Amino acid sequence: MNKEMDAKSVVAQLRDGMTIGVGGWGPRRKPMALIREILRSDLKDLTIAAYGGPEVGMLCAAGKVRKLIYGFVSLDAIPIEPYFRKAREAGSIEVNELDEGLLLLGLQAAGHQLPFLPTRVGLGSDVMTYNPYLKTVRSPYEDGEELLAMKAIRLDAALIHVSRSDRLGNTQTDGPDPYFDPLFARAADKVFVTAEELVDRIDISHPHLAKNNLFERYLVTGVVSAPLGAHPTTSHDGYGWDMAHLKVYSASASEESGWKRYFDEFIAGGEEGYLDRVGGRAHVRALPIPAF
Amino acid sequence: MINANDFSLAELVIVAAAEAWRGDGEVLATGIGPLPRIAAGLAKLTFAPGLVLTDGEAYTVEEPIPLGSRDHQIKPSGWMPYSRVFDSVWSGKRHAMVTPVQVDRFGQANISALGDFKRPKVQMLGVRGFPGNSVCHKNSMFLPNHGKRTFTEAEVDVVASVGHNPARWPLSAKRKPVDLGIVVTNLCVLDFNGPNHAAQVLSLHPGVSFEEVQAETGFPLLRAKRMRVSVAPTEEQLAIIRRLDPSEIRANVIKGNPPGRKAA
Repeated sequence: MNKEMDAKSVVAQLRDGMTIGVGGWGPRRKPMALIREILRSDLKDLTIAAYGGPEVGMLCAAGKVRKLIYGFVSLDAIPIEPYFRKAREAGSIEVNELDEGLLLLGLQAAGHQLPFLPTRVGLGSDVMTYNPYLKTVRSPYEDGEELLAMKAIRLDAALIHVSRSDRLGNTQTDGPDPYFDPLFARAADKVFVTAEELVDRIDISHPHLAKNNLFERYLVTGVVSAPLGAHPTTSHDGYGWDMAHLKVYSASASEESGWKRYFDEFIAGGEEGYLDRVGGRAHVRALPIPAF
Repeated sequence: MINANDFSLAELVIVAAAEAWRGDGEVLATGIGPLPRIAAGLAKLTFAPGLVLTDGEAYTVEEPIPLGSRDHQIKPSGWMPYSRVFDSVWSGKRHAMVTPVQVDRFGQANISALGDFKRPKVQMLGVRGFPGNSVCHKNSMFLPNHGKRTFTEAEVDVVASVGHNPARWPLSAKRKPVDLGIVVTNLCVLDFNGPNHAAQVLSLHPGVSFEEVQAETGFPLLRAKRMRVSVAPTEEQLAIIRRLDPSEIRANVIKGNPPGRKAA
């Protein structure tokens, strides 16, 4: 069993119109190498579900997105994702803007093969107004409370960045926070991971890090070796986000044909030379992990 | 304890904001943004030792982390990844202080978008965790720029956090009462605990009049029974604030970093 793939063959398994979940959180641990391969492809009409960072903005800028499911989209130090903002203000994408916790519950329901999960989250807010598909359900017990029934968010595929993976699909995710990567993995029919490090057998090389395993290998369809592949986002414990690059990216959004220029300069030439174009491997490796 | 003579408005606001957590006991205290975060640390180090703080990333700490200190050695007391933040939110054992872009007379707040949601004039962050926070635990607010654009005459453009608007709640939906704490601004401290949850001013910052606050607010305000002047920081509080914010990030929050006492 060998699940190693390259990014292009992952993208070849994706189809127009699919619902794709992206792991990570804001500008943290995004599977950017795969996102860039999607940007280079002719995939379109995607529904993207994410705790959104630059991947959401880039996919919007490239016209890949039909619908977004999100609780927020942000570059953290740059609070508002510029291309996400542009797409919203142009009214060019359909959106399900959810409470972050509703996104969590929707993924969890899908992973547990349930139609919905009950919650109070969202009641009384405009989340109900602008997501008219959301319905309520009444508690069958004495309390009779009316609750929001958060509908399962089933994903055709999830794209997740990990610290290391073996060829069997066992993964480890270093860093202080798993975010909701395990929920994305369970909600998806197929999971593709990009890994900082690809090893033959993680049980032999890294058994002491087994608690960093967030989801079982039977969920994983393919693993892609992608050292520094989360750039320009943070990949714990390797390197921090590249705020200087994110600023260049953000600035392009307010320039005429800015996206085309950004795409041509950094992305179009293929993943092979990407790291050189953004300053080189040593530069990315040395990016400090931000403290708060 | 002697109240200091020389302090900035930001420092006065921090001291007023710390009061949000008085009497909370042991809860997760989340101050989002520099002043609320310093305020939570100040509360913990003075009158609210039970508060559980985080390092802003994924750990709980017993010693508040100074702002902007990259080299600070974090000593975690526990683990608080986002999944556990939601567990804490939904259990109700949390009190957050946040900075919305709009607040209305019901205490409803918006960080999602301005204008028509379907095609916003300005898209902001999205609702984030506001809907869940507001129905599950206590929330206070800090607004650095008190004016009619932030305290809106009409309902906020997008109701991200729930307030006391009965029209938003069908009679059939039983509910926990919304728990709004205090709202600290660059002019005053107010809450929504007047008659029928009306907004009322609890204290005016030194040199600010009630009429001035009302003129900058899009909905009617009441004077709280014991409305007073916001209390000046003590030297002890100022020393803690300096320790929690050694690089004076607090000086960049309120426009012009004015002094705490308005020049006469």
